[in-house]
Amino acid sequence: MSQSVISIENLSKTYAGGFQALKSINLEIRRGEIFALLGPNGAGKTTLISIVCGIVNPSTGRVLADGHDIVTDYRAARSKIGLVPQELTTDAFETVWATTNFSRGLFGKPANPAHVEKVLRSLSLWEKKDNKIITLSGGMKRRVLIAKALAHEPQILFLDEPTAGVDVELRRDMWALVRELRASGVTVILTTHYIEEAEEMADRVGVINKGEIILVEEKAELMRKLGKKQLTLLLQSPLTAVPAGLEGFALELADAGNALVYTYDTRGERTGITRLLAGLADAGIRFRDLQTTQSSLEEIFVSLVSDRR
Amino acid sequence: MNIYAIRAIYLFEMARTWRTLMQSIVSPVISTSLYFVVFGSAIGSRITEIDGVSYGAFIVPGLIMLSLLTQSIANASFGIYFPRFVGTIFELLSAPVSYVEIVVSYVGAAATKSIILGLIILATAALFVPLHIQHPFWMLTFLILTAVTFSLFGFIIGIWADSFERLQIIPLLVITPLTFLGGSFYSIDMLPPLWQKISLLNPVLYLVSGFRWSFFGKGDVSVEISIAAIFACLGICLAIIAWIFKTGYRLKT
Ligand SMILES: Nc1ncnc2c1ncn2[C@@H]1O[C@H](COP(=O)(O)OP(=O)(O)O)[C@@H](O)[C@H]1O
Ligand SMILES: [Mg+2]
Repeated sequence: MSQSVISIENLSKTYAGGFQALKSINLEIRRGEIFALLGPNGAGKTTLISIVCGIVNPSTGRVLADGHDIVTDYRAARSKIGLVPQELTTDAFETVWATTNFSRGLFGKPANPAHVEKVLRSLSLWEKKDNKIITLSGGMKRRVLIAKALAHEPQILFLDEPTAGVDVELRRDMWALVRELRASGVTVILTTHYIEEAEEMADRVGVINKGEIILVEEKAELMRKLGKKQLTLLLQSPLTAVPAGLEGFALELADAGNALVYTYDTRGERTGITRLLAGLADAGIRFRDLQTTQSSLEEIFVSLVSDRR
Repeated sequence: MNIYAIRAIYLFEMARTWRTLMQSIVSPVISTSLYFVVFGSAIGSRITEIDGVSYGAFIVPGLIMLSLLTQSIANASFGIYFPRFVGTIFELLSAPVSYVEIVVSYVGAAATKSIILGLIILATAALFVPLHIQHPFWMLTFLILTAVTFSLFGFIIGIWADSFERLQIIPLLVITPLTFLGGSFYSIDMLPPLWQKISLLNPVLYLVSGFRWSFFGKGDVSVEISIAAIFACLGICLAIIAWIFKTGYRLKT
């Protein structure tokens, strides 16, 4: 078994109107990980997923799912994949039970009521199994879509914006379910434009913007960058240089010498703030105000995206 | 072959039929009965016999064909258009099913439904007029071939259509007139010579004629020509569908 469960090579997509939605994407998804594809609206997330799942034709490039080419060996590739689409598209007049079993059959699996029951129970849908989908709330419909995607026991699950417009309870349930799935060996790829979601869920994060993957990183690494915090001291009188004796600190002058900026790691054993303040007092530097700021993933993201403009 | 998928789609489509039993079965039966009352009784009291067959019996094959054609097209076109319209088609496209399997299951279900319907109309007709079918084997063959061919045609319309209006325009503007003008309610021998010639351009005429032959042993054209015509229609539909799937026309961007 190779390490990559999905392997995307030079994948491009130009829509019929001439719009290039994906520009030579290269991406490897590791077996068993939770991968978050993060990007603003229109970045190409749904297009990318749709190609891997067989809903949209690629213009150029190649995709392997569990070693199977998604075009030439689509049967093997697709039977490994489950997809929860972004839009709430369900058959209104079917019952939950019927539609979930339908999906299982469609993906080539013999009936297995025990498995379908397990899936429905895990999504709190069991009580609703005989209800027509049209009678369900939006959140419940989303659960039904997840149940349909899991009905054929996929190895790879795509969740396209799973928590957009979803209430807190469902969001929590969904995250718990995703973790459970990962524990059972399923690879989960989710797209989102909520940074917190990527932060909360993912093992790795890929950032996509305007059809290009601009960053793929372990979440821990991103969090390390995220863990940086800055303390800004607004001085009573401006300085021309960082005072002698304070060179040991990561200090920078800002605002024409009117401010001192100290960058530190919140997750370190000690932040060094006490020592810094003592040092400032020793050097006779007085300040009239102070503030701290944290660079969020959001900011990292925004700066990454704007660098590309 | 993904048998489970074919089964799932077929049963899904048939479930839709049972759910909408009223529209699916009951209303065609009622409208057929009305045709009998209007054409059979009112007109039939003036035209007593055509080719030695009572007028009431004469129109039975045409009436069945009329329903078979419109229902096959309606069922199959709706069956594939509706998922496109509401977006549930994504699941079909993402599933490990081949295009052949998709066609077999959708068209199979649509044809099944219209064959059942044709038989119900036949049974209804038998209540009004005494019927004796001379070639039951050929009657069933025509029934099945016509249902399959026009379900394929409906499937094509369902893929081509991008609105509900378009879905209905071909059945309304093309199929219904062709059926009415295709000798469903008269023999073309009754027409002036020019109109006889024009009628021969109407493919539906050959279907009605062949079907009528299977009932009464006599049609407007010879049965071999009718059989050739139905296979020609079938071949054309299959070719168009093959092209649609080869190009992904209207299904995938
Ligand atoms: N069928 C289509 N035809 C033309 N352009 C499309 C089509 N689908 C999506 N696009 C365009 O491609 C871009 C990426 O869309 P999408 O993949 O849905 O982005 P995301 O899911 O990241 O919001 C958008 O600019 C969108 O307008
Ligand atoms: Mg999207």
